[in-house]
Amino acid sequence: MIYRFTCIVCPLGCSIEVEVEDGKVKEVKGCRCPRGKEWAVQEVTSPRRVVMSVVPVEGGALPTVSVKTAEPVPKEKIPELMKFLAKLKLKAPVKVGETVAEWEGIKIVATRGA
Amino acid sequence: MFPEIPMLSYDVVVVGGGPAGMAAAIRAKELGLKVLLLDENDYLGGILPQCIHPGFGLHYYREELTGPEFASRLAKRLVELGVEYRTAARVLEIKNYSDLEKVVIFTSPSGAYQVWAKAVIYAAGARERHAFEIGIVGDRVSGIYTAGEAQTLMDLYGIMPGKEIVIVGSGDVGLIMARRFALEGAKVKAVVELMPYPGGLARNVMILKDFNIPLYLSHKVVEVRGKGRVERVKVVRVDENLNEIPGSEFWIEADTLIISAGLVPSVKKLKKIGVEIDPATGGPVVNDRLETSVPGIFVAGNSLLINDLVDYVAEQGELAAEGAKEFIENGGIESRKWVKVEKGENVRLIAPHYLSGDRDVYLYLRVSKPMEDVELRIPEIGKRMKLPVVKPAEMLRIKLKAEEIRKAERLTVEVVKA
Repeated sequence: MIYRFTCIVCPLGCSIEVEVEDGKVKEVKGCRCPRGKEWAVQEVTSPRRVVMSVVPVEGGALPTVSVKTAEPVPKEKIPELMKFLAKLKLKAPVKVGETVAEWEGIKIVATRGA
Repeated sequence: MFPEIPMLSYDVVVVGGGPAGMAAAIRAKELGLKVLLLDENDYLGGILPQCIHPGFGLHYYREELTGPEFASRLAKRLVELGVEYRTAARVLEIKNYSDLEKVVIFTSPSGAYQVWAKAVIYAAGARERHAFEIGIVGDRVSGIYTAGEAQTLMDLYGIMPGKEIVIVGSGDVGLIMARRFALEGAKVKAVVELMPYPGGLARNVMILKDFNIPLYLSHKVVEVRGKGRVERVKVVRVDENLNEIPGSEFWIEADTLIISAGLVPSVKKLKKIGVEIDPATGGPVVNDRLETSVPGIFVAGNSLLINDLVDYVAEQGELAAEGAKEFIENGGIESRKWVKVEKGENVRLIAPHYLSGDRDVYLYLRVSKPMEDVELRIPEIGKRMKLPVVKPAEMLRIKLKAEEIRKAERLTVEVVKA
């Protein structure tokens, strides 16, 4: 089985081919960097994404603060994470880079100040 | 001149506090210029604070940041350096009295001001194309937004624009908003793309797969119907000449229509002072210091041409600031001769337009159509570069050495089969 997709690690967008035989990755072709190769293997075995959203903040210049997960989250768990984020409420001040919550051991980091 | 309006005096005024403007102001300050940055928003960063997705800064900061993070890094540096800036400052007019005498008039909460400056760096970004521009007819209903408007609502103010969504255009902004809608629980019923290929970066096209969002290539939205609010939109297939195919139309039920039909450089104020515009980029014709046809007026970022990476936008800001420094010190940007850059086969747009040969430059260009296994060639100087894939959605950035440019009378850039 050959999986073909476009690398999303960086904007270069390499076309990668991953050959899988008996559930094992046999060959990875087309990527221009080791990060891409690592990602491609993971994309086939257990796809993950960094998730971003906004959560409401009280007392800030804007009504929301943008957040992201500090590491990629398994793709199938994203809806669950979004439900968790939907319940979050923060209070200003919030600093860029501050961990504002934790979900299943994954840090939720503010990407905007408030 | 208006004697009743307070007069400020600076070496250079930067119009726009997005990535191009902030990078320009930072560089200008580092070069020892007295600089004032003006932005009409209440905050610095331009459009970046609402671009909460990752993918910014891989070239400029060598790490992957979100839009707000990229903006806050620049803003932090700006403040550290003590760059003077005003937010909520709306520029009304730029006047060009002579090469080293410009006046920028702006209003702000504390009143109107006029700023005397030797040079102006214009970095006001771009505007989005709207529904009327792409020929959509029908009812005047609520629920029609540009992608950027929807992004502002969701990612600054936390308001969902709708539940069942059709997106027009598969450019990066449209695709990124498709993901935002899907993540936040809205149903994205379709992304409709006029061209036979997606308009965004490959990494963003992948979003559609992630969320099982249908992509209609070679289709267009032609009509929107509803009572008070969008209820349904009419989609029609187009042929290779982009003409509608009769009988191919169908309706999609939706409460919201998102227009993501591309950006247009914001150049109204520049046109007023006679800056020459390149119809291909929609931005000014510039030399390799990003100076426009009006001496001392520089341009950077999406006002120059639509970029797909913020990294290049910031780079252009710095370049414009270096240009302003040279302009102010020498009373002009000098060159022994200007080498004109011409568009060859499969090149839709290119900037800068004139090169001095006194310095290395980056050429920014886009192709007209996607191709594989091609060569970028500049026959006059025998330059050849192999490229595995080129797409209109992905801007190419080519470095040329001063000595390469100097040899030529003109340069033709073409992208042809290898």
